[in-house]
Amino acid sequence: MKRGSGRVAFLVFLVVLGLSSPARADMLDVKRSVLANGLTVLHVERHTLPLVEVVLLVKSGVVQEPAEKAGLANLTAALLTEGTESRTATEISEQLAFIGAQLDVEASYDFTRASLSVLRKDVRRGFEILSDVLLHPTFPDEEVARKISLIGGSLQQSEEQPGFLVMRAFRSRVYGKNPYGRLVRGSRETLGDITRKDVRDFYSTWYRPDNAILVVVGDLDREELGKLVDTYLDGWQRAPLPPPVREPMPPEERKVVLIDRDLAQANIAVGHKAVRRIDPDYYALRVMNYVLGGGGFASRLMETIRDRMGLAYSVYSSLAAYKDDGHFVVQVQTKNSSAGTVIEEIVRQIEAMKDKGITGEELEEAKAYLIGSFPRRIDTMGKMARFLSLVEFYGLGLDYPDRYKELIGSVTLDDVRAAARKYLHPAEAVFVVVARQSEAKVSPEAIEKAP
Amino acid sequence: MLTRTAALFLVLFVFAPFKVYPEVVQRTLPNGLQVLMAEDHKSPLAVFQIWYRVGSMDESFGKTGLSHVLEHMMFKGTKKYGSKEFSRTIQRYGGTDNAFTSMDSTVYFQILPSEHLDLSLKFESDRMANLLLREEDFQAERAVVMEERRLRLEDDPQSSLYEETEAAAFRVHPYHWPVIGWMPDLAHLKLEDLKQYYRTHYTPNNAFIVVVGDIDPDALFKEIEKYFGSIKPSPPPEDRISQEPPLDGERRVYLDREAELPYVVAAYHVPTLLDEDGYALDVLSTILGGGRSGRLYRSLIYEQKVALNVFADYGGLHRDPYLFTIGGTVAPGASDAALEKALYAEVERLKEEPVSDFELAKAKNQIEADFIMRQDSIFSQAMTIGRFHLLKDWRLKDRYVENIRAVTAEDVRRVARKYFDRDKRTVGILIPEARQAQEDGKGKEGR
Repeated sequence: MKRGSGRVAFLVFLVVLGLSSPARADMLDVKRSVLANGLTVLHVERHTLPLVEVVLLVKSGVVQEPAEKAGLANLTAALLTEGTESRTATEISEQLAFIGAQLDVEASYDFTRASLSVLRKDVRRGFEILSDVLLHPTFPDEEVARKISLIGGSLQQSEEQPGFLVMRAFRSRVYGKNPYGRLVRGSRETLGDITRKDVRDFYSTWYRPDNAILVVVGDLDREELGKLVDTYLDGWQRAPLPPPVREPMPPEERKVVLIDRDLAQANIAVGHKAVRRIDPDYYALRVMNYVLGGGGFASRLMETIRDRMGLAYSVYSSLAAYKDDGHFVVQVQTKNSSAGTVIEEIVRQIEAMKDKGITGEELEEAKAYLIGSFPRRIDTMGKMARFLSLVEFYGLGLDYPDRYKELIGSVTLDDVRAAARKYLHPAEAVFVVVARQSEAKVSPEAIEKAP
Repeated sequence: MLTRTAALFLVLFVFAPFKVYPEVVQRTLPNGLQVLMAEDHKSPLAVFQIWYRVGSMDESFGKTGLSHVLEHMMFKGTKKYGSKEFSRTIQRYGGTDNAFTSMDSTVYFQILPSEHLDLSLKFESDRMANLLLREEDFQAERAVVMEERRLRLEDDPQSSLYEETEAAAFRVHPYHWPVIGWMPDLAHLKLEDLKQYYRTHYTPNNAFIVVVGDIDPDALFKEIEKYFGSIKPSPPPEDRISQEPPLDGERRVYLDREAELPYVVAAYHVPTLLDEDGYALDVLSTILGGGRSGRLYRSLIYEQKVALNVFADYGGLHRDPYLFTIGGTVAPGASDAALEKALYAEVERLKEEPVSDFELAKAKNQIEADFIMRQDSIFSQAMTIGRFHLLKDWRLKDRYVENIRAVTAEDVRRVARKYFDRDKRTVGILIPEARQAQEDGKGKEGR
């Protein structure tokens, strides 16, 4: 039945392929096409292993769910593999396991991603199951209830993890009511209010081919892929999508959060909002962040707090970049009694970065690393498929791997200093300390007075 | 109803299987250093690993954590190269470097553009022989390791329980102590302990190198010879013979900790993968714990709803016999007793009924697919070669899938009966303590 219409759609697929000029990236020969139903398809042939990696990215996630139903995007993603019109939850997991395939569906803030790893010999079966869970999920009531209770339980268990407590508090203060301020899993309260109908509606609104990207990397040629796409994704219908809404961000101000737990270490996060992924300043910030705390053993924070002071095992800064404003954060764990000293040192290092920027040698080292490490970001088929799905999602262009060298390479000392001055502002940062507070003795007043 | 073409294809497939793993080339230097190299040219990268046959099992009472502290000190420089110069240089070429210590080995690695592999050779050969061990570095690094212990163990209730369970399962064998060491031992280590340990264990004849990636083995071996060839071998460290006597009754450990949910670990003593029962135990661990179609997930999470997450792990790749562990986190509203009972019911079922053909084939397919998929990463390839070589011989990896395929339903039942005995297990249970500070914490939050 579905097979019948396959041939026609396959022709369309080929035509579209022919029309779109296949953009050739330096290291990646990526073929891009858009199907009649609006699905964007990226394909890279790799014959190094009898293996195919498939990523299906749906351009909706936490941002598209209502605040009072927080956790809906994640729940919907998790339920795709828990029952379809022709398969029960158990049949899906058994059939995937029987061919040794892995299928994971995961929601995040801006998007939801299904990743399938399957041996070449079973690729047809893999595609068939992927398309079944994507196009025909039924969200059975008992599976909805089961999943809600499992996610609720995992949220409860997370309460015993200091790293979770620190970042939950950090997010909620940095982003306030913006969706980025929530947890992907939602909360036990909001989960309890989600119904099967909510899931069904979220699914049918957003899981549409014209709101999705398919990336296939592996031991599969163009013609074989064309046939699979035809047979299994042709029946996916487009539908009008609601207009995008940009949720407001709260004003930036200093907030100090102290959470008391019976712990041996103070878990600390210091940071604030930063830039969107597509902001032109993103690359200068990446260089700045590498020198300050992103560069592993080579970073300034590691050099002082770990190597010189011996106060932490792990200390680093990171930049989270999203469709909308992301954040900059320093994270560290130190024995309770050192919490104050470590916070002071972090602030001192951030201030020094704003004041003096970085040295010429640091600039060269950072660029050399950021450019030289690029091949490692795509050194397996799975990594390549996930990378390409992001390149397409953020609209970076298929020539991005080429341009990346230039984007990082052209960053100057002045760019880094300007970015540090523009985006680093410890005076309006969020400070979170989860610790045995009687020993940590970090008073909000002390943080106010920090340099 | 296979067509002729399909049948032909099938036959070809059976007789000419796709070569999934690159060949390993093995060479040995006169000083005893073994070198294992595998070419994989899919990206312009290489991974370099040097495995020292020394881990926490080689430590002694009162000196636990020594192997791991020494691993940290290996980054503190030599006469030629200053502290961290190694890491900085590797990163400047786009690479990354790190190390890890286990019960059985200490491994240093770099992943970098293959054209710069000489950096690995230059630095690793230098620190194999010329490590500077300075008191000042040692003091700072010991403090770092103590922070690591607080992070990984003390503030992680489930890891703490695992540490306690392992310590109870082994009383005689040095698997008794954690890799990171006991806190009081860390506090009492001396620089001299490190110096002596380094001299004893960091020798070419107690190590082997694994390189996988965009390399030419012949040319690379010449380079390795140039850098490592002049390092003198030492008498091999004394082989310690330590055997855990059989348990004569169930051992139970309870840990009270500020936590949310109870957690259960049951551990059974099992032989390594070299034993004739090894592969059956491997298949058995997949039958129990192999993802959402595994028996533990199906029964404990999906049907009975007594667990939030579950695991089954066969620790077969250790130098000495280790443990087979099963367990999980108790679901809210369920009890640790219910979870424990459900775990043992699955174990008993394995002893009673042979697994079905479908289930056996499924487990084998999972293991095989996973094995092939892991070859996509040069780092995983190197890990596979290294772990098998540490066990005995890297060649075991080439027969791994074949050996898994040979396991029968009867083998699975036999090993379940042989090892999963009530009187030979050690059970650890994490009991959450009511959180004293909860109300305070909530009150203080925000400002």
